[in-house]
Amino acid sequence: MATLVAPSNHSPKEDADVLWKAVKGWGTDESAIIAIMGHRNAAQRQQIRQAYHDIYQEDLIKRIESELSGNFEKAMYRWILEPADRYAVLANVAIKNLNSDYHVIVEIACVLKPEELLVVRRAYHNRYKHSLEEHVAAHTSGYLRQLVVGLLSSFRYDGGEINPILAKIEADILHEAIKNKKGKLDEVIRILTTRSKTQLKATFNRYRDDYGYSLSKKLLNDASDDFLKAVHVAIRCIDDHHKYYEKVLRNVLKGVGTDEDGLTRVVVTRAEKDLKDIKELYYKRNSIHLEDAVAKEISGDYKKFLLTLLGKEH
Amino acid sequence: MAFNQELEAITQAFSGHGVDEKSLTTILGKWDPLERESYRKQTSNFFIEDHERQFQRWNDHCVRLLKHEFVRFKNAVVLWSMHPWERDARLAKEALKKGPSSYGVLIEIACTRSSEELLGARKAYHSLFDHSIEEDVASHIHSIDRKLLVALVSAYRYEGSKVKDDTAKSEAKTLSNAIKNDEKKPIIENDEVIRILATRSKPHLQAVYKHYKELSGKNLEEDLNDLRFKETVQCLCTPQVYFSKVLDEALRIDVDKNIKKSLTRVIVTRADIDMKEIKAEYNDLYGVSLPQKIEETAKGNYKDFLLTLIARGG
Repeated sequence: MATLVAPSNHSPKEDADVLWKAVKGWGTDESAIIAIMGHRNAAQRQQIRQAYHDIYQEDLIKRIESELSGNFEKAMYRWILEPADRYAVLANVAIKNLNSDYHVIVEIACVLKPEELLVVRRAYHNRYKHSLEEHVAAHTSGYLRQLVVGLLSSFRYDGGEINPILAKIEADILHEAIKNKKGKLDEVIRILTTRSKTQLKATFNRYRDDYGYSLSKKLLNDASDDFLKAVHVAIRCIDDHHKYYEKVLRNVLKGVGTDEDGLTRVVVTRAEKDLKDIKELYYKRNSIHLEDAVAKEISGDYKKFLLTLLGKEH
Repeated sequence: MAFNQELEAITQAFSGHGVDEKSLTTILGKWDPLERESYRKQTSNFFIEDHERQFQRWNDHCVRLLKHEFVRFKNAVVLWSMHPWERDARLAKEALKKGPSSYGVLIEIACTRSSEELLGARKAYHSLFDHSIEEDVASHIHSIDRKLLVALVSAYRYEGSKVKDDTAKSEAKTLSNAIKNDEKKPIIENDEVIRILATRSKPHLQAVYKHYKELSGKNLEEDLNDLRFKETVQCLCTPQVYFSKVLDEALRIDVDKNIKKSLTRVIVTRADIDMKEIKAEYNDLYGVSLPQKIEETAKGNYKDFLLTLIARGG
């Protein structure tokens, strides 16, 4: 379930007026921007953008970009974009740092449904005049490239059919390949990048039943290179992406410093989807509410905005 | 008509692509039992003389071949009336089932269709076969071609015209080096070659093709030893030449039945796309017009149907 709180009726024209007042002249009324944008869903935000453009003859996004700064600006910019466009931007940012950020691409490719991933790939064509795969391929090599490009290029069958014999065969293949670390990595890539998600979940369950521990636990200890780490991310995203996001948030919020980009990415992309489920998981695991953990780590308008998206009324 | 002329007409009616239904009806249909016995005795390639029991029987193999010829028209009609997506999905499935000699059809579909047409075929494949095309290709092909074929059927290329010429030049160089090193590292295992051919946009690849010619003096596909790569480059960069060559091979006398089927496939799938350009290219390459060649080699309803398809759009 979503954490975003948005009214069922709104007037795009009135919202555009409030935003205009917030940005015109000297200084910016960040609270007003948060009060509106933090409470509008994707369709409503696009209507506001359109109304703003019609009335004031400028692009709301460009205006916001110039008025805000830092983590708050990054978060608001990503928030206002349409979901597919947003993922395209996130992917492009990750590609610029692919050596460390390949997990973002894996996350996008594996969490989204096949049709959603397609729309993101189209949005990427429009924005960057290249295909996502071609950019990722040009910046990676070896098994990691094959895996990530394969995950991005997949258009998985979306049905519920499972072949239990195949699940057993492929669970064994995965076991052999990961145990030996060198053998049959092509097969790991083939299975993860082409099978349907339902079939893969059946395969992961079969692995757990036969070998006594889950694939992802095995990889947690044994992932020694980027390829295996990427495999680990892919498996966790496909198997249970709520648990995956909870872990991402947990890592972001603990220890010294905060990975604001990671925090923004999870909150902005999931606020309208299933951030509530992720919050519940977070509370169960850490005995502290996600909003409170977030509030401790960040500050200012960035904090206000994220807490609004997290559903906190203030 | 004298009987010998009628004999000749019936022999003609049964040779080539399709059958001449009209002659069979008007001539064979009116022959009395003696004339038909004469026909059997004088057509030793269709009928076997059983001297012991004093009769002539059909050669079973010929009956099977004739079945294909009679059904050629029906297959063309069914394929023509199909939605292009279903058509490509079924052609791909059939190619996979037939085995390595038909994998060229997979390359043809993956490389000559537009990005949206290929996507449509992948959707239709989900609907028809409850699997994704890439999962079936990946799990059925174990030869060294697998990487290239999976990558090609999974492509969703950028369709715009924007090309970075520097990148095209440097990728032409990469290909040239890969070809020179073929002895040490076979091209079919070269990830960089696969990356370029499977992810770059078609306009980009045409620029690469042009730069390669400037670099080495030869056309890219001439220098590639591997058949699959040759077909891939031809389909991506010079599709009308590729189709003309397929048609030429299919229109020869006494060809293998799989090659004969290409005639229907190429004409039905290209009639609405680039048949005009293919006709022009065919004429340039072989000095005879395609309609004329079909008039000579095909028969009956099948011939009329093909000629009608080819004549569409001028």
